[in-house]
Amino acid sequence: MSKEALETEDPNIALQNSDDFIELRRKFRKFVFPMTGAFLAWYFLYVLLAVLAHDFMGTRVIGNITWGLILGLLQFVTTFTITIVYVRWAGREFDPRAEALAQKMGALK
Amino acid sequence: MNTALAPTLMPTATTVGNPAINIGIFALFVVVTLAIVIRVSRNNNTAAEYYAGGRAFTGRQNGIAIAGDYLSAASFLGIAGAIAVNGYDGFLYSIGFLVAWLVALLLVAELLRNVGKYTMADVLSFRLRQRPVRIAAAISTLAVSFFYLLAQMAGAGGLVALLLGIEGDLGQRLVIVVVGIIMLFYVIFGGMKGTTWVQIIKAVLLIIGAVVMTVWVLAKFGFNISTLLGDAAAAAPAAADGTARDLLAPGLQYKNPVDFISLALALVLGTAGLPHVLMRFYTVPTSREARRSVEWAIWLIGAFYLLTLVLGFGAAELVGAKAIKAAPGGANSAAPLLAFELGGEILLGVISAVAFATILAVVAGLTITASASLSHDVYNTLVKKGNATPEEEVKVARISALVLGAVAIVGGIFALGQNIAFLVALAFAVAASANLPTILYSLFWKRFNTRGALWSIYGGLISAITLIVFSPVVSGKPIDAVTGKSPSMLQGVDFHWFPLDNPGIISIPLGFVLGYIGTLTSREYNAAKYAEMEVRSLTGYGAEGASQH
Repeated sequence: MSKEALETEDPNIALQNSDDFIELRRKFRKFVFPMTGAFLAWYFLYVLLAVLAHDFMGTRVIGNITWGLILGLLQFVTTFTITIVYVRWAGREFDPRAEALAQKMGALK
Repeated sequence: MNTALAPTLMPTATTVGNPAINIGIFALFVVVTLAIVIRVSRNNNTAAEYYAGGRAFTGRQNGIAIAGDYLSAASFLGIAGAIAVNGYDGFLYSIGFLVAWLVALLLVAELLRNVGKYTMADVLSFRLRQRPVRIAAAISTLAVSFFYLLAQMAGAGGLVALLLGIEGDLGQRLVIVVVGIIMLFYVIFGGMKGTTWVQIIKAVLLIIGAVVMTVWVLAKFGFNISTLLGDAAAAAPAAADGTARDLLAPGLQYKNPVDFISLALALVLGTAGLPHVLMRFYTVPTSREARRSVEWAIWLIGAFYLLTLVLGFGAAELVGAKAIKAAPGGANSAAPLLAFELGGEILLGVISAVAFATILAVVAGLTITASASLSHDVYNTLVKKGNATPEEEVKVARISALVLGAVAIVGGIFALGQNIAFLVALAFAVAASANLPTILYSLFWKRFNTRGALWSIYGGLISAITLIVFSPVVSGKPIDAVTGKSPSMLQGVDFHWFPLDNPGIISIPLGFVLGYIGTLTSREYNAAKYAEMEVRSLTGYGAEGASQH
């Protein structure tokens, strides 16, 4: 059996090479990779400020609330926000496509 | 600082609160949870029931259980204590622990749930050669779980020291033994289902306890955060050389920027490589529920860390750093001491029982994970060549749990007095170095193969542990004038040559690089298995479903 024939026989390989699946994977990676890069960059920016700019982070902004506290709390805010945005995106964009492909696989069996 | 000049209100090594109340409330928790464990674990003999609770938990239940698993003694006692003594740097810890969940949410949880069955090794070995990869993954699972276990047991010891006023004594060791035995009962009889319920109950109690204390602290400061921070900063004692210590600015705990960056890397990349966290994703029926689990976990964990911020600064003002440091159990006693300050014996008893429950639940989660790996990955692969029946596997898992319980008890006795947040940070460093690179490569990199996995796992694991052994954590830190002891694990010797406390900055990139180079030097590639894994990971087709009753 030739390599091409083998690949068309295997339903997983066939699906993996289908346009719908490639589109699903592309959409998923296009969302999660940049998002991961963004929150890691923002987190390490914060860490660098905390270890290198002690005076800035200790500066009182309002009362005894410091820049360090504000930026730290913003890390909480961005974490919560990314969670909400991802869960919504996944429910709207990802799940229906993934579900359709899983059903297609189930029908082949 | 001269200890003779310390104020007289500094507690001596005697009991805080009433030991009878403390033990009574804890005993109540144990009785209630044991009853629940016995109730829910009637049919626990199939592998899916024992390892994964039948995959029948909802995303919300599992999310609460994850929070219960993750908010360990390190989070509650360690972070509150670190904030009370070192202010802002303690808060930095908690941010890393929280942000880390985004790695799990975006990259790991759902795909792992779809591909795997019971253990982390199921995913790693899916399209690679089973035996070597499973063994490697099992070894690193055991290593991470061991560090984490030590941290929890040390926490139990510290808490006992505070509550019963005994330090390094027979009684303290006895309590560690009792904690170990109760935990084993949960794991061996309850399996994953019983363990999960213990974690859910504990998470709810912990969060309620923290909310009550937070509101109480805030009330004392007129619900004004700025006042609380200002008073806490004013109460902070000066450094040994007489310079002022600003609790609200970073830099009190981490003098060396590189050391903190190393720690931050380990924290943010470690969570998604912790085997006991990963195993929790198998307890839900679908990848969508796994996503919901992480969503719930992030909300609960985030909210909890916000509470510890108030508790830590509250303890700095209301209890005082000096009293905390001098108490048996050291910084770890900040939260219980604060409870005593606020609500006397009863609140101390409740909070201490919650802290004990925390330790029990986390230790149970670690033990079931490590025992599952020993049975499902090591016994089944090495001894039975993959032909063990589910009944045999579960039996071996239960025996493994017994052995691990004994190890945890002995290790806990040796780890008494160590800072627990710190030991947990080491577990995170090993997880991020040895596990995360292989998890990500195997989920996202087509070319990845067995040699890459082995180089990455062993390289990350060995480098992380070697650097820890030769770090100042183990030997060679200068003697602290207040306690008269070196903060290192070993006293009186110095064989350290690695300058940092946390190995992450070297060992994590090394794990990634070795995985990359190892992969490129091997031609192995299995197109069919890769297709099966990728299709399953993204669409969920072929994933393990919930068990039917």
